[in-house]
Amino acid sequence: MLKRLVTARETILLGAIVMLLALIATRFPGFVAPGNLASVFNDTSPLILLALGQMIVILTKCIDLSVAANLALTGMVVAMLNVAYPGVPVPVILVIAVTLGTIMGLFNGLLVWKLEIPPIVVTLGTMTIYRGIIFLISEGKWVNSHEMSDPFKAFPRAEVLGLPVLSWVAILAVVVIYLLMTRTTLGRAFYAVGGNPHAAVYAGINVGRTQFWAYTIAGALAGITGYLWVSRYAVAYVDIAGGFELTVVAACVIGGVSIAGGIGSVIGALLGAVFLGVINNALPVINVSPFWQLAISGGAIIIAVALNARANRTKGRVILKRAEQAA
Amino acid sequence: MSTSSHFVPDRLQSPLARRLKSWETLLLIVAVAIFIANSFASPYFLNAWNLSDATFNFTEKAMIAFAMALLIISGEIDLSVASIIALASTAMGAAVQMGADTPTIVAIGLAVGLAAGAFNGFLVTGLGLPSIVVTIGTMSLFRGIAYIVLGDQAYRGYPESFAFFGQGYVWWVISFEFVLFAVLAVIYGIVLHKTNFGRAIFAIGNNPTGALFSGIRVARVKFILFLLTGLMAGVAAVCLTSRLGSTRPSIAFGWELEVVTMVVLGGVNILGGSGTIPGVVIAAFVMGLVTFGLGLLNVPGIVMSIVIGALLISVIALPRLWNMVRRP
Amino acid sequence: MLMKSEKSTEAAAVTASTPILALDGITKTFPGVKALSEVSLSLFPGQVTALVGENGAGKSTVVKILTGIYQPTEGHIIVDGEATRFSTAQAAADAGITAIHQETVLFDELSVAENIFLGHAPRGRFGLMDWPEMVRKSRAILDEIGAEIDPSHKLRDLGIANKHLVAIARALSIDARVVIMDEPTAALSHKEIQELYELVEQLKTQGKAILFISHKFDEIFRIADNYTVFRDGQFVGEGRIAEVDNDALVKMMVGREVDNIFPTRTASPGETVLEVDGYEHPTEFADISFSLKKGEILGFYGLVGAGRSEFMQSLFGITKPAGGMVKIDGTAVSIHSPADAVGHGIVYVPEDRGKQGAITPMPIFQNITLPSLARTSRKGFIRLAEEFQLARSFTERLDLRAASLDTPVESLSGGNQQKVVIAKWLATQPKVIILDEPTKGIDIGSKAAVHEFMTELAAQGLAVIMVSSEIPEVLGMSDRIIVMREGRIVAEVDGDDMTPETLVRHAAGIATEAMEG
Repeated sequence: MLKRLVTARETILLGAIVMLLALIATRFPGFVAPGNLASVFNDTSPLILLALGQMIVILTKCIDLSVAANLALTGMVVAMLNVAYPGVPVPVILVIAVTLGTIMGLFNGLLVWKLEIPPIVVTLGTMTIYRGIIFLISEGKWVNSHEMSDPFKAFPRAEVLGLPVLSWVAILAVVVIYLLMTRTTLGRAFYAVGGNPHAAVYAGINVGRTQFWAYTIAGALAGITGYLWVSRYAVAYVDIAGGFELTVVAACVIGGVSIAGGIGSVIGALLGAVFLGVINNALPVINVSPFWQLAISGGAIIIAVALNARANRTKGRVILKRAEQAA
Repeated sequence: MSTSSHFVPDRLQSPLARRLKSWETLLLIVAVAIFIANSFASPYFLNAWNLSDATFNFTEKAMIAFAMALLIISGEIDLSVASIIALASTAMGAAVQMGADTPTIVAIGLAVGLAAGAFNGFLVTGLGLPSIVVTIGTMSLFRGIAYIVLGDQAYRGYPESFAFFGQGYVWWVISFEFVLFAVLAVIYGIVLHKTNFGRAIFAIGNNPTGALFSGIRVARVKFILFLLTGLMAGVAAVCLTSRLGSTRPSIAFGWELEVVTMVVLGGVNILGGSGTIPGVVIAAFVMGLVTFGLGLLNVPGIVMSIVIGALLISVIALPRLWNMVRRP
Repeated sequence: MLMKSEKSTEAAAVTASTPILALDGITKTFPGVKALSEVSLSLFPGQVTALVGENGAGKSTVVKILTGIYQPTEGHIIVDGEATRFSTAQAAADAGITAIHQETVLFDELSVAENIFLGHAPRGRFGLMDWPEMVRKSRAILDEIGAEIDPSHKLRDLGIANKHLVAIARALSIDARVVIMDEPTAALSHKEIQELYELVEQLKTQGKAILFISHKFDEIFRIADNYTVFRDGQFVGEGRIAEVDNDALVKMMVGREVDNIFPTRTASPGETVLEVDGYEHPTEFADISFSLKKGEILGFYGLVGAGRSEFMQSLFGITKPAGGMVKIDGTAVSIHSPADAVGHGIVYVPEDRGKQGAITPMPIFQNITLPSLARTSRKGFIRLAEEFQLARSFTERLDLRAASLDTPVESLSGGNQQKVVIAKWLATQPKVIILDEPTKGIDIGSKAAVHEFMTELAAQGLAVIMVSSEIPEVLGMSDRIIVMREGRIVAEVDGDDMTPETLVRHAAGIATEAMEG
């Protein structure tokens, strides 16, 4: 039992994060102060939210390249709404953001489910479409901080029990998705569909519909992240979170989610995102140019995928008696 | 000659009939329609120099798309091509700072492309890793190196003779890039459709295990395809850098997805196993014409991306929807 | 025989009732193919009905219709006398129908308990899955069938036999009234098969109706009460097992009397082509040494999983051996890939035709010329006319039935697909051809054609290795037989020693000491 725990992907990654923090702490103890760690977590929250959704999609053998565009479009819509009607309360904004994100995810899911278009093509297409729509509705203009209402901007920063709401949203999402993945039929269906789609049909699971739900959930998470993103950074424009979709995939891969589907966990996706978050926040502290960030996360992805592949390699048949005893 | 009762003919349908019903024909009709629509929409469209300028919209991307088409048909993908351009361009810029002459600069650009392709190829075929994740990783890595070297700076000062690759004209309005595009199109078309190597690519894409069991050196073929894709990214880096006259680490940002879009629009199955180079060539023209036509109408480039995105989905969705309606 | 009739009268007395489940006039068409044509089938409580038919008779289509994977084009499914539809797999499960499939259709990344309860897991508060309850119930079911498996383990940690037990437990976890067993013994050992029989008896006493699909006649006569025969998607007949014999059933299956289907041949082996010495692999096989002569057919017999295919694939360059020597025509060769093997004249017709043998979406002629492209091309450039010519010369020799040479291989029947794979290798002019279960899953007509062709090849001086698990085939075709067990060669027999008894004894490891001693 202990051996299984130690060799688990999540444990190895957690160990790597702890070592990384310890290494930084030897030179810059301030980095591991609780206050700073909390702010690192807060910075990483949007990535965690998106990584959770992406993990579910990848589990079902799909990929969602449109999450960042979804985030940006939702963010722009709520920002413009806020400018036009400053009186709309934040809860309503939240509902709108989630609804909008869900609809975009739903659209991806329908194309994958009903028309059986390869997921990478669908989301490549919707990614450019969603980005283009932002330009159409905003006419390429920015929505700046001074145009946004104070409650709109204050929500993600408001502190509850010492943590900003943004962090709490991420924590809440981790808990809810964890329950969804481990305790509901749908959650287990995500694993079944990705692990063995052929068998899933026999178990009474509709593969396409399960993938549709994965996209819808990913879309909802992207929608809520869209509002939190523009309100936290107090700016909305066409290119926000540009290229972030690949960072999200990177977080999943580092977290041990197999791109072939069927393998991955909520904790893994969380840790993958946190790993990238720690690196991004640590670079300026240890006086490395932030320009190193991209190359380091690239290197981390390659190392992670190589390690995962090694761990998941299917063993050959064991026929010989002596080999059986040795194993 | 056997006269057994079970005579099996070579073909049931002539190759011409098959071609007429193909994806390429449909795409060609779309391209012609766009061309005609554009020439009515704007009086500036049917101008030789304007049309010549328009080709720069797609020639560099198309060069990569040819190699990418082969790679996708074989069942792999390379999302790092745009980052290879950034890396190759950075290397060329660094060489310029050390006083390299034009042939050396070009050689360095191509060599970096090849090396980057070899690295991808090694990770995928040597270590057996999935190409989509590997190249998302190298995409960050390669461009990351460009950022480490350049930061927010730019390399300039390319020699005058270097400008020919991206700005030179071979004859009248025919640019060097366009000629290179045409030559590469013919070479890749022949390699894919007329050689044993091309046949092996199709076999691998349809069934890698079956291809291996048929005595095809699957890993070697895939490695060569990654090399070719890297090399084409290097060629595109030479052209683009020459055209822009400078190197920033953000050069060609987001091109990987445009290249993949071009390939898929050209009728290449993203899951591997089928596709043609003529299809990719027509898709390149379609994308170029749409961009150019909308540009003349003062429609900004990003709106074009909506059209391309919608085109990408609808070209696959429409035939399927049609089938669903016809056979409920 | 006496016991059997006693049993059947007893069963008849219990169930002079209506069937639990019946198919009435079911037709299923796919684009271009009629898989089932007005077939009927009745399943009675407390009885085992054997569904008998050749491959392609429509058995698996029936299973898919009964489990809601396919919907019939015409006809009715009748449950308790009422016509109904299973629009999804879930609907069939809700009607109390469950299936144990031939290939284990399970999920490696999920726990054993989940594999058993996926789709009908016990729910606790807020509708969330109740894990402790699920594990508890799983343990109870596993205990019931005598499986010592921890329900909380991941399935990937289990061996193949245990996975099969999990599949059976899954079938039992649904409170089923109808249990479909689709070739349930294919992957099981002798002992496990006995345990399965006991389980079937147990299910019968619980009043469940069982549909038993099997190729093995001994099993059918051992376990079934009734039989139903399909041929080419059509219903041929049904009745009580006690009232038929082996020959009558075979006749119904194939539609004609089957006499000696193996061609007669006189072997005249030439000089040695292939020598293998001390070939070994860390986990799959060890100490493989033998030699093979021109014009010889060497049979490799053994139980499924004895390491025969693993060894052949290693010889063909797929997996790397740990040691050993291979000589072709007396010269040592090193084979690191199938390409090397083909270069040295060794070719391999795999068992898994669809995945390893052919590239099924590609045209017939391209499949055939794939390893020989160097000969039909000039400087790497394809010459279509020569390709067609080469393909044609071999498809005519093999009497391939196809619409045209540029139709995809996937549109052919199993037998004709196999002919394409064999043609592909013959076109390379090999020295040694390895055929792995060459007639598995192909119709009787093609089977005879393949056998005849093997004879012809041997007569022309080709060295043939045939891996087969069918005793009649291996005895009927081979000049010499090597028996493998647990990754090792345990016997090499020829001449009068080639009897079914010797093969079975060696393969199963029964009384080997006595025989060797």
